[in-house]
Amino acid sequence: MEILELLSHGLFLAIQPMNIALIVVGVTLGLFIGAMPGLGSVNGVAILLPITFLVPPASAIIFLAAIYYGAMYGGAISSITLGIPGASTAVATTFDGRPLALKGRASLALVTAAIASFVGGTVSILLFTAFAPPLAHVALSFGPPEIFALMLLAFATFVGLGGDDIPKTVLSICLGLVFASVGFDQISGAPRLVFFGISGFLHGINFLVLAIGVYGIGEMLWTLDTTRGKITSTEARMTFAGIVADTRECFAKAWKGMSIGSFLGFFVGILPAAGATPGSLMSYGVAKMTGRDPDSYGRGNPDGVAAPEAANNSASTGAMLPMLTLGIPGSPTTAILLGGMVIWGLTPGPRLFTDQPEFVWGLIGSFYVSNFFALVINLSFIPLFIWMLRMPFTILAPMIFVLSVVGGYAATNDMHDVWLMLIFGISAFFLRKFDYPLAPAVLAIVLGPIAEPTLRQSLLLSSGDPSIFFTRPIAGTITVIAIILILLPLVGVIRRKLRGTNKASA
Amino acid sequence: MRLGEIVTAAVLAALSIYMMWKSTDLNIGYVAGKGPGGGAWPFWLSAIMLVCTIVIAFNWARRTSPPSRSTEPVLDADGRRMLLQVGGGIFVFVALINVISIYGAMALFLFYYLWFLGRHALWLALTISIATPIAFFFFFEALMRITLPKGMSFTDPVFNVLYDIIY
Repeated sequence: MEILELLSHGLFLAIQPMNIALIVVGVTLGLFIGAMPGLGSVNGVAILLPITFLVPPASAIIFLAAIYYGAMYGGAISSITLGIPGASTAVATTFDGRPLALKGRASLALVTAAIASFVGGTVSILLFTAFAPPLAHVALSFGPPEIFALMLLAFATFVGLGGDDIPKTVLSICLGLVFASVGFDQISGAPRLVFFGISGFLHGINFLVLAIGVYGIGEMLWTLDTTRGKITSTEARMTFAGIVADTRECFAKAWKGMSIGSFLGFFVGILPAAGATPGSLMSYGVAKMTGRDPDSYGRGNPDGVAAPEAANNSASTGAMLPMLTLGIPGSPTTAILLGGMVIWGLTPGPRLFTDQPEFVWGLIGSFYVSNFFALVINLSFIPLFIWMLRMPFTILAPMIFVLSVVGGYAATNDMHDVWLMLIFGISAFFLRKFDYPLAPAVLAIVLGPIAEPTLRQSLLLSSGDPSIFFTRPIAGTITVIAIILILLPLVGVIRRKLRGTNKASA
Repeated sequence: MRLGEIVTAAVLAALSIYMMWKSTDLNIGYVAGKGPGGGAWPFWLSAIMLVCTIVIAFNWARRTSPPSRSTEPVLDADGRRMLLQVGGGIFVFVALINVISIYGAMALFLFYYLWFLGRHALWLALTISIATPIAFFFFFEALMRITLPKGMSFTDPVFNVLYDIIY
């Protein structure tokens, strides 16, 4: 009961006129920052952090939380309308969001993304309110072997259920993982894979450079080639009744993805070092795996939009949990928030809940309020995004190319990366022609920096014995599921062969 | 397509071999007390890539993958023209960034695409190609505090005027 009292106090704090104004401004800014390829919640929070020193700490963190929420909603917008993920958390949203937009159902995709984000946000806040302290301890029991097993599971969902050409899928995953290891060896600090001795590779290959190259340039060239430029992006018109109809369709078709994303996203989010991106990718994989018609995913299934969107919002709340209870940030954005808290004179850690209850519950209250405003503001901007899509393709296409080039530069401030992005884009265009799936490569370059160190730390723990992934209870269960998923397509091939020989002998 | 499929596989195989060779700069084995060496992870992943390209080549020989059966050309005349006009346009855009600034290059690229490729009216092409860079300038330089490349020094007078507006 004490929690409810504190929470209502927090809600009361969040609906003070100044805080409401900060939430509205924050969500709107976040929405546009998130929708801009190359900029994500990290940029928004980092850039606007100094502004918050002008207001009291509670208002400051409310403002930042609003930007964070807004950016989480906004990432989906460019994924759906332009086909370029606005941030790593929205990579999985392109898989089904873009096909839906091309089918003329952009409004359904946008409404689904907004509602799923809201549901994910709400579920995670409820979970947060109810289970914050005990969950923090569960998350701490996840060591390197468990996290590596989780990464293995994420890749397995792509191989096992890709349905495409398996060697090409595996190749794509490995390519992404190797690209992720370019730069410096994270453990010894030695330069590694500096291709042709070009110094630009020393800072590694940013995932956005690959993602924008593949989606912003490669996909666009492919679309121009296959449609001969005679593309009308969408016929959709936006009406209030249309939004209501889309909302109904979204709940009917995407409730499963939403619930998977909300819960799975939260639990992946609270794991230190995991965060919203693996959460959204895994939720997409699981939704596809358990879907009644797995083949429809990737071709414009609203469930495939709902799962990652619910998950990334849910995970971003989840990521706040280790930050507040243990002082360990779960994502880059929470790391910056943590820095802000220290500057405001607060000490994150187990004592924060007892020493500064007003701050903590004010923050949680502001989550509720920002989540609600993010939904309303996002829904009211949908007509604007749809209007953008109705521009002739010969206006939209050059705009996307310009956004890609600027986004490629803004991500790292290095011309080397813009050239690299162009090379990736042209290569992606040709690879796409030969049926190489490229989404797994983008997934792998994002997860690589988590997978490699955890594998190496685990092997170090066990002095090189790989059985560590099987003997620890949590890691073992996850690893076994991952291996089964990888072997599934093989079983399918053998079964088809057996059936073939039976028919031949009969 | 059939020729393209095996050429692509060969290029990817060459890339895997290059990456395997490059990984051997660091230790690719297990170092007692230190865990796997720094080169092990990329080395073995590149090795898996190499195996994949061999399987792809095998499928190509048996004609089991769709591109290995297709007789269509990879790029027909229209496709080649598109790639040259659009891909070439982006290439020139990127090449001009360090000369006339990202904003100038953006304006030229937009004008080229809208007016020459898109065949839009001159007033529309001009409006979009002038308004977009200005909007980008204020979004990045003023709001986000991210400086984008300004090109060579002869662009300074223009940016001085714009900076006077911000500060």
